[in-house]
Amino acid sequence: MAFLDALVQLLDATIRVSVPLLLACLAGLYSERAGIFDIGLEGKMLAGAFAGASAAAVTGSAWIGLLTAILAAVFLGLVHGFASITHRGNQIVSGVAINFVVAGSTIILGQAWFRQGGRTPSLAGPARFEAITLPGAEALREVPVIGLIYSELISGHSILVYVAFLMVPLTWWVLYRTRFGLRLRAVGENPAAVDTAGISVTWLRYRAVILTGVLTGIAGAYLSVAQNAGFVKDMTAGKGYIALAALIFAKWKPVPAMFACLLFGFLDAASIRFQGMAWPVIGKVPVQFINALPFVLTVILLAGFIGKAIPPRAGGVPYVKER
Amino acid sequence: MSTPFAKLPRWADYGLIPVVNLVVAFLVAGVVVLLVGENPLDAAGILVKGAFGSGQNIAYTLFYATNFIFTGLAVAVAFHCGLFNIGGEGQAYIAGLGVVVVCLSFDAVLPWWLTFPLAILAAAAMGALWALIPAYLQAKRGSHIVITTIMFNFIAASVMVYLLVDVLKPAGSMAPQTRDFLEGAQLPKLKWMLEALGLSVRSAPLNLSFLLALVMAFLVWVLIWRTRLGYEMRTYGFSPKAARYAGISESRMIIVTMMISGGLAGMMAMNPIMGDQHHMTLDFVAGAGFVGIAVALMGRSHPFGIVPAAILFGALYQGGAELAFEMPNISRDMIVIIQGLVILFAGALEHMFRPAVQTLFASISPRSMGVPAAKGEGA
Amino acid sequence: MAGPAIELIGINKSFGTVRANRDINLEVERGTIHGIIGENGAGKSTLMSILYGFYQADSGEIRIGGKTASIRTPNDAIAGGIGMVHQHFMLVENFTVVENIILGAEGEPLLKRSIGKARSELQRLEREYGLDVDPDAVIEDLAVGLQQRVEILKALYRGAEILILDEPTGVLTPAEADHLFRILRMLKDQGKTVVLITHKLREIMAVTDTVSVMRQGTMVATRRTAETTVEELAELMVGRRVLLHVEKGKASPGPVKLAVSGLTVRDQRGVVMVDNVSFEVRAGEIVGIAGVAGNGQSELIEAIAGTRRAQSGAVMLDGKAIDVTGHADPGDLRDRGLAHVPEDRHHVGLVLAFEEAENSILGYHDKPQFLKGPLLDVEAIHADARDKIEKYDIRPPNDRLRTANFSGGNQQKIVLAREMEQDPGVLVVGQPTRGVDVGAIEFIHKRLIAMRDAGKAVLLISVELDEIRSLSDRILVMFAGRVVGERGPEASEGELGLLMAGVVKQEAA
Repeated sequence: MAFLDALVQLLDATIRVSVPLLLACLAGLYSERAGIFDIGLEGKMLAGAFAGASAAAVTGSAWIGLLTAILAAVFLGLVHGFASITHRGNQIVSGVAINFVVAGSTIILGQAWFRQGGRTPSLAGPARFEAITLPGAEALREVPVIGLIYSELISGHSILVYVAFLMVPLTWWVLYRTRFGLRLRAVGENPAAVDTAGISVTWLRYRAVILTGVLTGIAGAYLSVAQNAGFVKDMTAGKGYIALAALIFAKWKPVPAMFACLLFGFLDAASIRFQGMAWPVIGKVPVQFINALPFVLTVILLAGFIGKAIPPRAGGVPYVKER
Repeated sequence: MSTPFAKLPRWADYGLIPVVNLVVAFLVAGVVVLLVGENPLDAAGILVKGAFGSGQNIAYTLFYATNFIFTGLAVAVAFHCGLFNIGGEGQAYIAGLGVVVVCLSFDAVLPWWLTFPLAILAAAAMGALWALIPAYLQAKRGSHIVITTIMFNFIAASVMVYLLVDVLKPAGSMAPQTRDFLEGAQLPKLKWMLEALGLSVRSAPLNLSFLLALVMAFLVWVLIWRTRLGYEMRTYGFSPKAARYAGISESRMIIVTMMISGGLAGMMAMNPIMGDQHHMTLDFVAGAGFVGIAVALMGRSHPFGIVPAAILFGALYQGGAELAFEMPNISRDMIVIIQGLVILFAGALEHMFRPAVQTLFASISPRSMGVPAAKGEGA
Repeated sequence: MAGPAIELIGINKSFGTVRANRDINLEVERGTIHGIIGENGAGKSTLMSILYGFYQADSGEIRIGGKTASIRTPNDAIAGGIGMVHQHFMLVENFTVVENIILGAEGEPLLKRSIGKARSELQRLEREYGLDVDPDAVIEDLAVGLQQRVEILKALYRGAEILILDEPTGVLTPAEADHLFRILRMLKDQGKTVVLITHKLREIMAVTDTVSVMRQGTMVATRRTAETTVEELAELMVGRRVLLHVEKGKASPGPVKLAVSGLTVRDQRGVVMVDNVSFEVRAGEIVGIAGVAGNGQSELIEAIAGTRRAQSGAVMLDGKAIDVTGHADPGDLRDRGLAHVPEDRHHVGLVLAFEEAENSILGYHDKPQFLKGPLLDVEAIHADARDKIEKYDIRPPNDRLRTANFSGGNQQKIVLAREMEQDPGVLVVGQPTRGVDVGAIEFIHKRLIAMRDAGKAVLLISVELDEIRSLSDRILVMFAGRVVGERGPEASEGELGLLMAGVVKQEAA
């Protein structure tokens, strides 16, 4: 049973590290499906993490922390919208800018407010999202295999983990079963069709970047208020970019996005777990190699060697009414 | 919505609007300073003094500027060809490898003035190589170069960490860095240059790479505006269809431009490695690749704009260090904020103030609006 | 009953300094097909975009069914019963037909019921108008004609009583166009009002009840179609007695310069655009290719000039093959004496952001005369540009002015000067006078004749039949990708028109 224990632990770790990826990836999906490229996922997530931890530390409420995280990330989403929708600026440039502004200001503000070298005060009790034990988890613990999987793998996560995974079917449903989703997909493919159908391209795209803000905010709050007990500087550490890679890997679709994030999360969890371990035949695999794997895989995918990732057709192009 | 941009005099287009954008970026940065409870004017004073207050400080400012000239030129060259090379960071990082290999091989046998050109070539070659793969994938497989160059930054970081920790670190050493170079791989400092101007410099890392950067800025100007290749790059950058019509090969343009861009970014590695530390450390690029984006946007992709923009950022880095000392609340991360704000206002929002400036001009003197818009093609 | 379906009163609209519509008045009776005809750039599309709420008029009044209507957005137009079929279809290509139909008219937040409703409504429309199309087909898999049908269905689904079609036949085959006209008549019989915008006289005569003519932003006349003639309309459109008779002597053709045989070109989608075309152009003659836009002329000259790859066939330039199916390079072809004036000067023939002088070497920038080693010889380039400016009377005479700031006619002269002054043996010209003012047209025509008289082989394509007739020594007619006939310059417009419509009388091509 030692093997199963180890496997469950590894998968459990996979879930935990996948959650911020998944939330950020779905966040990017709303924006990019609407035709707004967003490489500022990283920055929004980081802002969410900082704002969330700060508010939770000050108020002692994880929920207020979450709300603040969402507000901060939505604000940045609106900045991105203001630049790229209203002023038709370059979406890549705008995303890069947001990442830098956040990277710098979280540290400066954190230091000025809390004076702990860029950290926020450690969170405990109601200021943090604690693990939830699902009903029956304890009772089932002794049941072989299933009990272990249920009590260890499925139960025992914070509420935000369940939110993240529920967002997958919800996003699918919104995208393919609602009027909003239809219009969102349409505006990312052919904004002129949406415009002539009497729908505001601008407002539709703004709603998309707001949703992106909400989800990156939750992702950030998860990092600092659930997974960890506070904010440390640069705590997203490239997760926003991995989420972007996962989004491409998933070809901008919600369910594949979940699997891509789980795969990348698994690589991350495994690289920590097996650090320094010698494998049969291949020997020791440097941890850096595994860290780079999501990026390498995405490049290979982009090169069209394993299927073809075709982005939304109007992506990255500001909408200008044609004469 | 569909009113075309009215024309502004050239000086307003290339001078006034960038300055307005820059001023706004600094105003917003000032708000952040207020938020942390300091006086922005005082902060600005300390910063300027820290950057230019003495020969010593100026030397440091120019040392940092050297990095940004290289990376700014790298981004600008790609911009002219309509490409966004966001991978300068990784290209410079990998290029460090080229510098190190040359230095470690020859520092005991060659004088610095022979190692220097070899190291330039090696740095440029490695940077170009790291840019070549995304370029090839864009040219031949249509992979979006922005995404691939971002991915390559991360891959570069992994590769370099692995090499420094597991391969290049001398046996018995704890620090993940190469051994120190001997004299044959140490670039001369430029103390004399500032002293010739009557400034006193105790010791500063400003070195020969700075002059190399200026030479490169000039060569980039020649390349873009005076060579056939530059003409072809600009043609492709403005209109890929016109380039095809003119017999300019699309994949050649993408690959050649990206390699030049990567090579320029790569040369940045010379400055800290050969010019200052005399060994390679982890993360020696320290974000210079990204600063290059801000520098190129601010300098409007023109070398004569990039050099001052790079010096401005050099001043921010140097002055920022002094500022962090005087006002502990404002660490050097302030620079990262300013960098982001410059990218935002000079890049993504570059046209935000345009209508206002145009209205202003139109109200001051209607005739200064340049050539009257020619009759269009009809509606 | 209420008043006419549409009344436009005193509509004005300017874009910057360009007055696209001036004081337009128009009245369209309910239950009729009303044509609006005019040359490219006459302001037809702008007017209809105002009616559809896509643009706002600067001044003027719109009345729908006798009542003043305030149309600020397409929504207002749709609510007022106006539907529009745009020249470039406003469809989401990877959506199904039914998804496109309901987009913007879903009615409720969840799609399930609206899709169901759309399906049954589509069935009704199919019964009533014979507009059948598979609701689950994905747009990009449909032929162009069917895509247009989806656009019409979109309008009808929204309850349009007035249907505006902007240049609807530009992308259709004649058979598809005829089918469209049958649909339009059926819509009329059902009481709908149709406004047809076109620059093709044949269509006006074939399908409309009344017709209005626009010229340079003004409405110059309205006629009952039955009471007017093609000649009268043509004259109204152009504004002076046609035609453009170009002074020219007899051609004295020399040896074959350009020989095309069995050339076949497919477009990106794999559709055959040029189908096994063969012809020759000799030194000292102008061969014109007539045809309705979209019948393969563009692809033909692009393949010859090396900017588009052909799938099979051969092209010989001065007896030597051009690698049209492989790596034909426009640069090499220029070196071999083939010059190309492309149809789209804005995106292909010029870089609008460049200074005039920079454009005057585009494609010839690798000629030794403009180079000093790897460097551009800036002085030589500017001297050469100023020389061309004088020779071709390009205005304003400023070789440092950004090209975007020149008028259409002067931009075209920049291209022509560049291509002609290199003294090419063969000149391939696409739409030499599109969007060019009358004065420049005359100048350009004279230059083309001068090229011929200097012993050059000129291949000309133009959608302006008059231009083809007045310049060409031989006329080839293209239809559906094939050359369906060859005529001399004396061929009548009617005869050529029939060929262009695919009606081949006696001989096969």
